[in-house]
Amino acid sequence: MDAIILQTFNGLSLGSILLMVSLGLAFAFGLMGVINMAHGEFIMIGAYTAYVFQEAFAHSLGGVEAGVWFVLAIPAAFLVAALLGALMEVTMIRFLYGRPLDTLLATWGAGLVLQQAARSIFGAPNVNVSSPIWLQGGFDFGAQLLLPYKRIFIIVLVAVIIGAVYFYLYRSANGRRLRAVMQNREMASCLGVRSRWVDASTFALGTGLAGVAGVALTQLGSIGPSLGTFYIVDAFMVVVLGGVGRLPGTILAALLIGISNTLLELGTSATVGKVLVLLAIIAFLQWKPSGLAALQTR
Amino acid sequence: MAQKFRIARGWGKLWRIGSLHSLVALLLLLSILAGCAAPAAPAAEATEAPAAEEAAAPAADAPEGDTIKVGVLHSLSGTMSISEVSVKDATLLAIDEINAAGGILGKMLEPVIEDGASDWPTFAEKARKLIQQDQVAVVFGCWTSASRKAVLPVFEELNGLLFYPVQYEGLETSPNIFYTGAEPTQQIIPGVDFLVNELGAKSIYLLGSDYVFPRTANLIIKAQLEHLGITLAGEEYVPLGGTEFSTIISKIEEAKPDAIFNTLNGDSNVAFFKQFKDAGFTAETLPVISVSVAEEEVRGIGAENIAGHYVSWNYYQTTDTPENKAFVAAYKAAYGEDRVTADPIEAGYFGVYVWKALVEAAGSFDVDAVRAAAKENDIEIAAPGGPIKVDGETQHMYKTVRIGQITDDGLITEVWASDGPVKPNPWLKGIDWAEGLAEGASQ
Repeated sequence: MDAIILQTFNGLSLGSILLMVSLGLAFAFGLMGVINMAHGEFIMIGAYTAYVFQEAFAHSLGGVEAGVWFVLAIPAAFLVAALLGALMEVTMIRFLYGRPLDTLLATWGAGLVLQQAARSIFGAPNVNVSSPIWLQGGFDFGAQLLLPYKRIFIIVLVAVIIGAVYFYLYRSANGRRLRAVMQNREMASCLGVRSRWVDASTFALGTGLAGVAGVALTQLGSIGPSLGTFYIVDAFMVVVLGGVGRLPGTILAALLIGISNTLLELGTSATVGKVLVLLAIIAFLQWKPSGLAALQTR
Repeated sequence: MAQKFRIARGWGKLWRIGSLHSLVALLLLLSILAGCAAPAAPAAEATEAPAAEEAAAPAADAPEGDTIKVGVLHSLSGTMSISEVSVKDATLLAIDEINAAGGILGKMLEPVIEDGASDWPTFAEKARKLIQQDQVAVVFGCWTSASRKAVLPVFEELNGLLFYPVQYEGLETSPNIFYTGAEPTQQIIPGVDFLVNELGAKSIYLLGSDYVFPRTANLIIKAQLEHLGITLAGEEYVPLGGTEFSTIISKIEEAKPDAIFNTLNGDSNVAFFKQFKDAGFTAETLPVISVSVAEEEVRGIGAENIAGHYVSWNYYQTTDTPENKAFVAAYKAAYGEDRVTADPIEAGYFGVYVWKALVEAAGSFDVDAVRAAAKENDIEIAAPGGPIKVDGETQHMYKTVRIGQITDDGLITEVWASDGPVKPNPWLKGIDWAEGLAEGASQ
């Protein structure tokens, strides 16, 4: 029984991590049709922001253990990644709308540039971001069942982010303009929506979310220049399975992949588990090419 | 409209908040990037160590007299650069020291640095370029077994010479490669012995990345466990670069082993040790011994996440020899106080000195003469990790095996060492339980 609860929790946790890394991509790819291969690098930028905050501010803000720096790093990473994303949109992606293959190559190149930049600034070896004291350990439910605080924290954080994104998209004026532009660009422009501004802010929002994911992932994984490459494939997998352009689809897909991956891995091995999940996704996309929750198109 | 302006003002505010620092630095670097391979050894400040002063003399300052080109072939970009950049740095340090001391046979060494880019075909292509176009006398390079296997045919075809600085799975010899890292009898097999004899482990769990080194290493370990009568508690492989360990940790919990033998490589180690600690394991309840985690990796994992666990190597930064004190001081002086040295870094460093000794014994830079010199002489040098002897037959090194325990400050202290250097035995000859393994590999 414990094992089942633990494994369900593990699946939920993996799902929340997948959702974290793919939410930003769902914006760029799903809403704007931009295949942003540099998405992983924005996760990396978020992780390094946490590292910079730890090195620069942990001492003056109650020490590494208190974790004030970590909390502050979350909005800071959003801003840093969003700013760089906006810069990339204005200087590069803007000129490539409607040319998906060119954007793919250009963002791939931009990703390599960002990786090498991180390598030059912070050095090639991994750096370490410590855990605040309140993220160490976990809820102990007896011998076989210990739910780490870090994983619970990521699940909560992702829930908060989804709430914020929902509010932004469906309850704010900016969100309304965004949806208008995505549905019919010309009509929205005619009605006075500055579509260029909407494009830039949407892309920046996506990369900013990647930055937040980066901060959260410092608690579970490595922090190095090539950090983004470990997550980019998973992120695309989630967005494609979820159905391009639908956030509920993305959420569903992340949880589905997370849970099925951990369950299959338990019965087989890590590699075979991943292969089985990929096969299942391919089979599903054969049956429903537009994903779990495809946008109705006319 | 008003709302848009408010947002614009909000964005303006971001610039003042303070994340500006890293952003500006990032942008600056974009422009530097184009020409940036990697700077050669920066001029060092004066220190007490004599070796450091030698390192301070820039290699390029020696145009008078003849020079001889030597190749340095490591991944300076891509996923493996995490490890390989430091080895390249150590190799360049040794080259600078040798030049400052007058070079080899009156010739100054001129390093030609190539980037293998963590891509095996690129390694082969760059190796060919170094040998054919630059006509280098020797190449110091490679890290992964995959990259070594990719360049091996090139070196054999063109009769080049490669010094390979990393511990590996053994079961290989080539007339064109000198191996300055450990083979299994100098690292993996003593590591298992340590778990069984010193820690009293009765059942061992094998965890590794899914590629050639861990799978071959685990074949050897499984044969050894069977021979020792130790239970194999489980065997798991994670795709290279994998970051999710929750399920594997559940499986480990279920199997209840006494110890874990870890052959994970690269970033997966960071994820594993962080998540292993979160799941409530400590080095006291379940010790892990690693063969791909050295001082450099410990920094990335975070000492607090891995303190108390064990590693098996031939060298640690704390190894107590006079040569090591000079080496550590010189390395830190050249590349920064916060840098650490580790086993492959040391092997990349003393490899240049081994080549120097071989060339001087041969009286020539010629590859065949160097190889013959290795067979005819007993070449011995005092490396930072202790005395090293070249085995002319296998072109591997006699090395001292050292088991270390990771301390709270991220360094490694030795807890067990072999009696003197161990003779290399890459084909595991004369080991009964390993007989089938060598045959399998040579086919």
